[in-house]
Amino acid sequence: MAEVLVYVDHVDGAVRKPTLELLTLARRVGEPVAVALGNGAGDTAAALAEHGAARVLTDDAAEYGDYLVVPKVDALQAAVAAVSPAAVLVPSSTEGKEIAARLALRLGSGVITDAVDLEAGEAGPVATQSVFAASYTTKSRVSKGTPVITVKPNSAAVEAAPAAGSVEALSVTFSDGATGTKVTSRTARESTGRPELTEAAIVVSGGRGVNGAENFSLIENLADSLGAAVGASRAAVDAGWYPHSNQVGQTGKSVSPQLYIANGISGAIQHRAGMQTSKTIVAVNKDAEAPIFDLVDYGVVGDLFEVVPQLTEEIKARKG
Amino acid sequence: MSLRIVVTVKYVPDATGDRHFAEDLTVDRDDVDGLLSELDEYAVEQALQIAENADDAEVTVLTVGPEDAKDALRKALSMGADKGIHVEDDDLHGTDAIGTSLVLAKAVEKAGYDLVVSGMASTDGTMGVVPALVAERLGVPQVTLLSEVSVEDGVVTGRRDGDTASEQLQASLPAVVSVTDQSGEARYPSFKGIMAAKKKPVESWDLSDLGIEAEEVGLEGAYTVVESAAERPARTAGTIVKDEGEGGKQLAAFLAERKFI
Ligand SMILES: Cc1cc2nc3c(=O)[nH]c(=O)nc-3n(C[C@H](O)[C@H](O)[C@H](O)COP(=O)(O)OP(=O)(O)OC[C@H]3O[C@@H](n4cnc5c(N)ncnc54)[C@H](O)[C@@H]3O)c2cc1C
Ligand SMILES: Cc1cc2nc3c(=O)[nH]c(=O)nc-3n(C[C@H](O)[C@H](O)[C@H](O)COP(=O)(O)OP(=O)(O)OC[C@H]3O[C@@H](n4cnc5c(N)ncnc54)[C@H](O)[C@@H]3O)c2cc1C
Repeated sequence: MAEVLVYVDHVDGAVRKPTLELLTLARRVGEPVAVALGNGAGDTAAALAEHGAARVLTDDAAEYGDYLVVPKVDALQAAVAAVSPAAVLVPSSTEGKEIAARLALRLGSGVITDAVDLEAGEAGPVATQSVFAASYTTKSRVSKGTPVITVKPNSAAVEAAPAAGSVEALSVTFSDGATGTKVTSRTARESTGRPELTEAAIVVSGGRGVNGAENFSLIENLADSLGAAVGASRAAVDAGWYPHSNQVGQTGKSVSPQLYIANGISGAIQHRAGMQTSKTIVAVNKDAEAPIFDLVDYGVVGDLFEVVPQLTEEIKARKG
Repeated sequence: MSLRIVVTVKYVPDATGDRHFAEDLTVDRDDVDGLLSELDEYAVEQALQIAENADDAEVTVLTVGPEDAKDALRKALSMGADKGIHVEDDDLHGTDAIGTSLVLAKAVEKAGYDLVVSGMASTDGTMGVVPALVAERLGVPQVTLLSEVSVEDGVVTGRRDGDTASEQLQASLPAVVSVTDQSGEARYPSFKGIMAAKKKPVESWDLSDLGIEAEEVGLEGAYTVVESAAERPARTAGTIVKDEGEGGKQLAAFLAERKFI
């Protein structure tokens, strides 16, 4: 069976969920071969094997952490040369998209970004994309070269599918440009203990209606009662009430959870672009005319300062 | 020595309008107003600030697009850019990201540059890959997705806020930079700026000026094919209740019914 390269997104050896989802999708089009780079690359093997990686190619040179993007492109190019895969799949992070695009250019291939589904087709893998703020669904494929496709988080279920996961060292020669952009310092984001926004099954968001940083505890309490991640609209972020890393929308994170609860958010097109593919959408807003209500499965027209605490209490009571 | 800055700006259909696909599955541009991609305003802003902080600098704005794309250039010129370049050719219709990066890289080379500044993503394709592709083609460093940027003594530095960490980056010019909407509000064109823009030079180039063959771009030359585009079915109308004291409890009941609790 044709092999499919899967680029592994990991933090010091801990594989992030979108990569495990990619292994599920990769099995639809071939046999997954994972490529793990950088510090802790070798530690990813067990999790990758558990989810279907037949082989794990690793290299942990310092260049991957010290310079931006290009060393990783060099490594994937080496992996493609070694494996001759039927496709290359990369998680749709901002960096993942840049790596994928540069790789495609070097291979003389096309690139598709932000796929939300993938299936085998007669002329190669067919990617589903959700475009124009999720108002259209398109199907496309790469027509030249080895398809390079990036896939959004939450596009497939994570399935256990134990495979060999044999670890092999990948031999990489870095290109002249590899050391062009130096990372002079790095500050890791502090963990809140809540689920990762893009990976969470439930996201609870607050907008301008929350009316102050101090009131975001209301949103956090609701999120915690559901084991959810916290999101924010750009208005709330621009006001300094919540960190930009929690912004949902076109220029923030794009989320696709099972449940999205928007509180005090009007539903501007740029916000919708980042949450419209959520399976169930709920909103609390005091303005019955707010555009967010066009999207909802359930909406409460009311003051969030009344509704949200009551909802949180009721959830806690029901959970016992 | 003068710092030559080229800002790439895209002309896109207005996101607040009704965007469609045409029959050939490319973006329908006839039916909806176009404008300068809002995220490229941040690129123009940062380019202008870098120029203002340099001894001697020139800011050129570059767009690849149909006749109307001149509107995007005019907006950028009225913000304060010095001159414009419009690459227009019927054979460009349907160009994908790989092809667009070819045209931009050739045009940037022809224009002459020390620094290319781009937006983080267009507001239509939203791929966020063109700056990286242009850097790859030019063989210069990419310093992309910056929320802060500055240029001094031929070195560009910036901050990139990623998923798991915030990074400080550094590269020597020439380089390709892209900036996010966290980089700082874009200025509004002044009346004087709008009037001045009318007199600023805009060059028009076609594919032959750039030494690009028609087969390398357009739908024919694309490395990707869109097989279908379907409008998302309208969501079925949801239940909307007015809070009369029990709104939170009613919502909890809905969540329980859907097994979220
Ligand atoms: C290029 C570009 C990119 C952008 N990217 C993003 C993005 O990534 N994400 C994003 O979110 N936005 C983005 N925006 C901004 C977007 O256009 C909107 O301005 C923003 O989403 C509005 O946030 P909001 O809904 O919180 O605020 P508003 O639109 O001001 O809405 C606040 C809502 O809260 C309600 N409300 C007020 N008080 C209460 C109360 N006590 N109880 C209940 N409801 C209450 C109001 O009725 C109102 O509907 C972008 C804009 C541009 C131009
Ligand atoms: C809904 C949709 C989905 C698409 N999906 C794909 C796909 O999967 N694969 C593919 O190859 N193509 C795709 N395309 C085509 C692709 O968007 C265009 O070819 C585009 O020119 C390049 O990508 P982008 O607009 O996403 O730009 P981005 O990479 O998001 O743009 C980043 C920056 O590059 C600069 N830039 C981009 N285009 C231009 C331009 N024409 N002139 C000047 N500066 C520019 C701007 O500074 C911009 O801020 C898609 C288009 C649409 C409308």
